[in-house]
Amino acid sequence: MEIVSADVAIVGAGGAGLRAAIAIAQEDPSLKVALISKVYPMRSHTVAAEGGAAGVIRAEDSLENHFNDTVAGGDWLTDQDAVELFIEDAPRQLIQLEHWGCPWSRTPEGQPNTRPFGGMKIERTWFAADKSGFHILHTLFQTSIQFESIQRFDEFYATDLILDDGQCRGVVAIEMRTGQITLFKAKSVVIAAGGAGKIFPFTTNGAIKTGDGMAMAYRAGVPLKDMEFVQYHPTGLPGTGILLTEGCRGEGGILVNKDGYRYLQDYGLGPPDPWPRKKAMELGPRDRLSQAFWHEQQKGNTIPTAYGDTVLLDMRHLGEKKINERLPFVRDLASSYMGKDPVHEPVPVRPVVHYMMGGIHTNIDAATPVSGLFAAGECACVSINGANRLGSNSLTELLVFGRRAGLGAAEVARRSAAGNDAAVEAKGREAEARIVALTQREDKGESLATVRDAMSSTLEEGAGIYRTEASMKATCDVLAQLRQREPDICVKDKSKVFNTDLMGLLELQAMLQVAQTVAVSALARQESRGSHQRLDFEKRDDERYLKHTLAAYRGAEEPELSYLDVVITKSQPAERLYGGAADAAAAKKKGDDPGAGKAA
Amino acid sequence: MRQIELEILRYDPETDSEPHFETYQVPCDENWVVLDAINHVKDHIDRSVTYRWSCHMAVCGSCGMMVNGEPMLSCKAFIRDYPGKIRVEPLANFPIEKDLVVVMDDFMEKLKASKPYIIPKEPKSVDEGAYTQTPLQLEAFRQYAMCINCMLCYAACPQYALNDEFVGPAALALTYRYNMDSRDGGKAQRAAMFAKSEGVWECSFVGACSEACPKHVDPAQAIQLGKMDSAIDYFKSFLMPWSRS
Repeated sequence: MEIVSADVAIVGAGGAGLRAAIAIAQEDPSLKVALISKVYPMRSHTVAAEGGAAGVIRAEDSLENHFNDTVAGGDWLTDQDAVELFIEDAPRQLIQLEHWGCPWSRTPEGQPNTRPFGGMKIERTWFAADKSGFHILHTLFQTSIQFESIQRFDEFYATDLILDDGQCRGVVAIEMRTGQITLFKAKSVVIAAGGAGKIFPFTTNGAIKTGDGMAMAYRAGVPLKDMEFVQYHPTGLPGTGILLTEGCRGEGGILVNKDGYRYLQDYGLGPPDPWPRKKAMELGPRDRLSQAFWHEQQKGNTIPTAYGDTVLLDMRHLGEKKINERLPFVRDLASSYMGKDPVHEPVPVRPVVHYMMGGIHTNIDAATPVSGLFAAGECACVSINGANRLGSNSLTELLVFGRRAGLGAAEVARRSAAGNDAAVEAKGREAEARIVALTQREDKGESLATVRDAMSSTLEEGAGIYRTEASMKATCDVLAQLRQREPDICVKDKSKVFNTDLMGLLELQAMLQVAQTVAVSALARQESRGSHQRLDFEKRDDERYLKHTLAAYRGAEEPELSYLDVVITKSQPAERLYGGAADAAAAKKKGDDPGAGKAA
Repeated sequence: MRQIELEILRYDPETDSEPHFETYQVPCDENWVVLDAINHVKDHIDRSVTYRWSCHMAVCGSCGMMVNGEPMLSCKAFIRDYPGKIRVEPLANFPIEKDLVVVMDDFMEKLKASKPYIIPKEPKSVDEGAYTQTPLQLEAFRQYAMCINCMLCYAACPQYALNDEFVGPAALALTYRYNMDSRDGGKAQRAAMFAKSEGVWECSFVGACSEACPKHVDPAQAIQLGKMDSAIDYFKSFLMPWSRS
């Protein structure tokens, strides 16, 4: 076992991990940062985000608007103290990124431009054409290169956190190139390892998004919070699950069913005209749009394809010039992977698993309940996303909470006394022994791909867009069985060098653990809220469930659930209204004619 | 459904003295890309096949490899475009780590040496707001910022094949990208690497890099413009020594 000593170890070098590393390097260059990632930083999944990052910058917008959009969008499961902090810091973080060179799209006057996204009142989404995540990631990575105190460990797959005496003291990882197990001893640790979309069969997420960081924290005793809330993005390409950004609709694209009808008007999001306008129709929140698809499917209004039912995303009226300027990547993706050029044809789309609202339980300082352990980004749950994340809040979240996690970890590292080296190393060797034991498993004929595929398909059946008691129970049972089958999978690749077979097995273990928290948390929440919709409990139930779910690890058993009150500062739970209904309610509140808002 | 013959270059430094090919019969969906076929092999035929991949949408840059001799992103190389058998090999001009995985150290070091970050012309605090940058100023460097670091251009470059001291297309294009950014004042600090003999001057302007680029970046153009720029700076240093920055 190799040993590397650092002040702070960061697991994950995507948007949140890089932002944390830079924050530490700027705060205190004497702190040695070990930035550990299973892929090179520029491969991290932040790269795939398209549409943009939310932050109030327009004079006609306000922090209050961003707060209200986010809290209502999250169906009041957001912690409002966290949201307040988030929206206030958001514009600063986006400007900081601009100073670091992010090629934001500009207004003719040369200021960063904004576009509308779903569920927002005023254009608030900073964008770099339709490759915002790519540019954010590369800007952060390239900026990080200049700091000598950040030492990168690219292609190191982290497997375990090391705790001693209740304090997080390090991370164990496998160096992919050599197979060498490495113990990173650190005074504090940040997990920024991304989401877990790969627990589902049909997802926009890359292959690397297997919930490793979530599972690592979970096994170390940190509860996973609100895992039942899984976001389906309404517009993915059938077959591949490739994302077509919400920016398509932000720029004016429409969704129609097989009859060419803008069906969203039937689901509380209309009226359809005038269009485009904010917070209505195609610019409603993602949960509502994906749920509307499901209903259209039930009514037989969708269009069948070899890769599942679809509706059509029509952007033809935007014209070639605008599509090339604002949505060039979308045009390339739809043309290449679907054979549909959006300039000339509508593109078939269907809802696709995109984002986990839930994750590692942290407070507003990105600190977990384990001393010295922080988490940020999709793997974490602060929670600013509640039961349904608003599009373009997650890229900003990486920056705001990545930075806070870095600063918190730096602070702990500075005041932390030396740990018990012997105990930490002994625990490192225990982790090493577990990995070695995996490679020596006897071949019992169980297939990794079969177990993985069974996991993802049962999750889609039980924890999809609409859920029932029976379907979720069945999923919980299947997942429990699959966890029992998993020890029968051996590692076939016997090489130490770049052993992706071993990594695949470790990823599968992580995914099974995370999948179980999703299904068990979902089964227990007997209400419908945001992305968690139940056919047997159709209403939101604030009496019983204005609470976060906490799922705690219990080894081979299913997780143990407990609940934590939501933090409410100024917005009491109310009905979520979009489109004309929201305008009417706003007008009524002002004491005006309730009908006046409809024309707005 | 079409059955293809997929040849994969295999090399495990622990057991193999030489790379060799293994052939797999893969049933393919008509819309599959080459990466899907390799994934099928990994899942159902041979779990030891080793390669990098993640996004499956041509933006993370992981899955570059030689497909029938051409550097390609395997997630954007469609099976339907290859009527016969398909042969995949690791990216040319890089040492093999294992199977289709290449050693990236050289590129990562060159990237670092090219100082690919803003060295501010006029430092500004966040409280002072964003820099003004007109759409025209953005256009001056935007295309060079589209590089996904997939390294296909290095695999295509005849000059890098001959001399791996050559800084190479992607790193030079990124250097040029920062030099051309209206917010940046770091050109002089990048000149040591950019304008040295293994920098822009090593390029023989074959243009293979720009052809190989899956993101339509034109590194060859950046290098030619960079040559002009560094020549002007060179002469300026004699004619107007006070103008050296």
